[in-house]
Amino acid sequence: MRRTITATVNNTTGVMNRITGLFARRHFNIESITVGMTENPEVSRMTFVVNVSDQRGLDQVIKQLNKQVDVLKVRDITDEAIVSRELAMIKVMTVSGQRGEISDLIAPFRATVIDVGRESVTIQVTGDTPKVEALIDLLRPYGIKEMARTGVTAFQRATKKSSDQTRYSIIN
Amino acid sequence: MNTRVREVKGRELKDENQEMSGSSMLIQALARENVDTIFGYPGGAILPTYDEIYRTGIRHILSRHEQGAIHAAEGYARVSGKPGVCVVTSGPGATNVVTGIADAMIDSLPLVVVTGQVATSVIGTDAFQEADILGITMPITKHNFQARTVEDLPRIIREAFHIATTGRPGPVVIDLPKDVSIASGMFHYDDEPNLPGYQPTYTPNKLQIRKLAEAVTKAKRPVILSGAGILHAGASPELLEFVEQQQIPVASTLLGLGGFPGSHELALGMAGMHGTYAANMALHEADLLINIGARFDDRVTGNLEHFAPQATVAHIDVDPAEIGKIIETQIPVVGDAKEALRLLNEVNPKPGESVRWRMKVDEWQQEFPLWYKEGSEYIKPQKLTELVYEKTNGEAIITTDVGQHQMWAAQYYKFDHPNAWVTSGGLGTMGFGFPAAIGAQFAEPDRQVVAILGDAGFQMTMQELSILQELNLPVKVLLVNNASLGMVRQWQQLFYEERYSNSLFPIQPDFVKMAEAYDIKGYKITDENEVAGVLEEAFNYNGPVLIDCRVHEEENVYPMIAPGQGHHQMEGVKP
Repeated sequence: MRRTITATVNNTTGVMNRITGLFARRHFNIESITVGMTENPEVSRMTFVVNVSDQRGLDQVIKQLNKQVDVLKVRDITDEAIVSRELAMIKVMTVSGQRGEISDLIAPFRATVIDVGRESVTIQVTGDTPKVEALIDLLRPYGIKEMARTGVTAFQRATKKSSDQTRYSIIN
Repeated sequence: MNTRVREVKGRELKDENQEMSGSSMLIQALARENVDTIFGYPGGAILPTYDEIYRTGIRHILSRHEQGAIHAAEGYARVSGKPGVCVVTSGPGATNVVTGIADAMIDSLPLVVVTGQVATSVIGTDAFQEADILGITMPITKHNFQARTVEDLPRIIREAFHIATTGRPGPVVIDLPKDVSIASGMFHYDDEPNLPGYQPTYTPNKLQIRKLAEAVTKAKRPVILSGAGILHAGASPELLEFVEQQQIPVASTLLGLGGFPGSHELALGMAGMHGTYAANMALHEADLLINIGARFDDRVTGNLEHFAPQATVAHIDVDPAEIGKIIETQIPVVGDAKEALRLLNEVNPKPGESVRWRMKVDEWQQEFPLWYKEGSEYIKPQKLTELVYEKTNGEAIITTDVGQHQMWAAQYYKFDHPNAWVTSGGLGTMGFGFPAAIGAQFAEPDRQVVAILGDAGFQMTMQELSILQELNLPVKVLLVNNASLGMVRQWQQLFYEERYSNSLFPIQPDFVKMAEAYDIKGYKITDENEVAGVLEEAFNYNGPVLIDCRVHEEENVYPMIAPGQGHHQMEGVKP
């Protein structure tokens, strides 16, 4: 199962190394990891998307993270009301006649063209993972030349509603 | 032994809030942490610290290899309950202590290891004797630090001692660049470290205690698995009270031996691969398994599919990550073993109806005791261990390496008291036992310390005979000499059709001559009838002794759970 876990950590040298080393040696499978400073410059926030086989595996990920002295707080926010975002840059092959078509296609995703070359355009999209993946699927037929994704970063929502209902439309 | 240190320390304890060098801060901080002994080895990057050691006169035990220093610090920590302190230089000095750090990590021993480092200006440039010890030790320390400025140093040392000794104990490395140890700064030493990310839980959840108490009352076939957590928490009295009140039999892990008196009628001895039949069968048949401070190591559980199949599992551990790591646990109790047992004793649950269970367990003990065949022309290693037990009245501190001699010591030396058993459990480190005995002797100068070692493991760290010679340390080294890597040979015999690949030592040094080269009394025994006499002579002699005891070379450790088997599938349970 895929889980989204956030951790606040001391913003010290080597902390990223501690966490990724821990994941590697315990054979935890990370799909994405993002890290950045928070409103407090001494604290960083990490967001992991991990793939675990069962609840016990998930418990181990959280407990092992908690054991790290530099980890302040760990939370599995998968089942909570959250906003999660990632950013992707997608370089798509284009011939001159196709650019308009691509612009139309990406408009509902609120994606933007951030670079134009003779044979390609680069598109930037932000959103949660399903939205980003939906756009990638639509762009694939044109020929994706290069792609870079940041990985997911996530927050709990201010007003907490049950997470069972659909939390997004394709544009959110 | 301690007087000189105290005097010097008293004279040299400087006031706080004054300027001093980083190395001076280190020694001042060690004094404030009540460190009376440092184990170590000098070298380039750590020279400023060694200069400070020289000037203050704090007791420093010079090993002949850094591995000896770190294992001595482990032995000291295991016996004294205080953190072992080890100081080495950068690069090779630091990498030579890696095995000991990993050993301390997996066996939860509190260590503070100070490694010298090249100057901050050249870190990362592949400078002379530079190694990334922070990176190397990250996975094998509870935490590690690099002091980048001298102002950070006092805080780092305080945090290192706090982390090493609280919660589940473990090793902490402080990497100390040479320029930081020379630079001067203001020395403050705060008592309370500020570590919001490190808050070990000591007091268990009352609800879980109540659940456990109810399970005890309901249980018809309860058993306790007692681990090293009992020793770290100092929970032996509480455990004894609980067991006697509830009449629950106690199986011990290898490292937990001594946490519950080995000669008590409810003691089943060691569980696991070479554990007793009664301990393993009790775990297998139990309907309630109370694990206190053990981590369900694979050498204890055997095949997990067959482990305690009928049991409700309760697990008391100060480290929440151990609970549910290996075995699904119905009653998790996160907290200190002493506190948990105290609360349980307070609740004092009504004991379950387990009379028939007790009878069954007694029957296993009567019917399937540990056994070995006597009367051969060779010395039986089991007999040897029994004689050590007898001649020391069961009161010695015993250290071992890993392997056959370790298992025989665990089986035949019945530890009645905590902290008298120093062995490398989780990591299984050859070469551990001898230097660990040296550390143990410093922790308990007046007690008999016996290093029971294999001939192979001893040869990995025997250079430390120099320490015995130099300090006339009365450690007794007993070589269970089977001229082979006994446990490797046993496995090759049982599982590799007797292809003894590189496990036999047809040529050995003359250990007696070697002892004599170090001015140490040496004995060689080949006749079982001489053993008792030589042991008695050795134990009555107030100085170091090495006894080369030639035992039956093809003796195997039994009973045994073969790899992949469950507790109910023990082999060699009867002659």
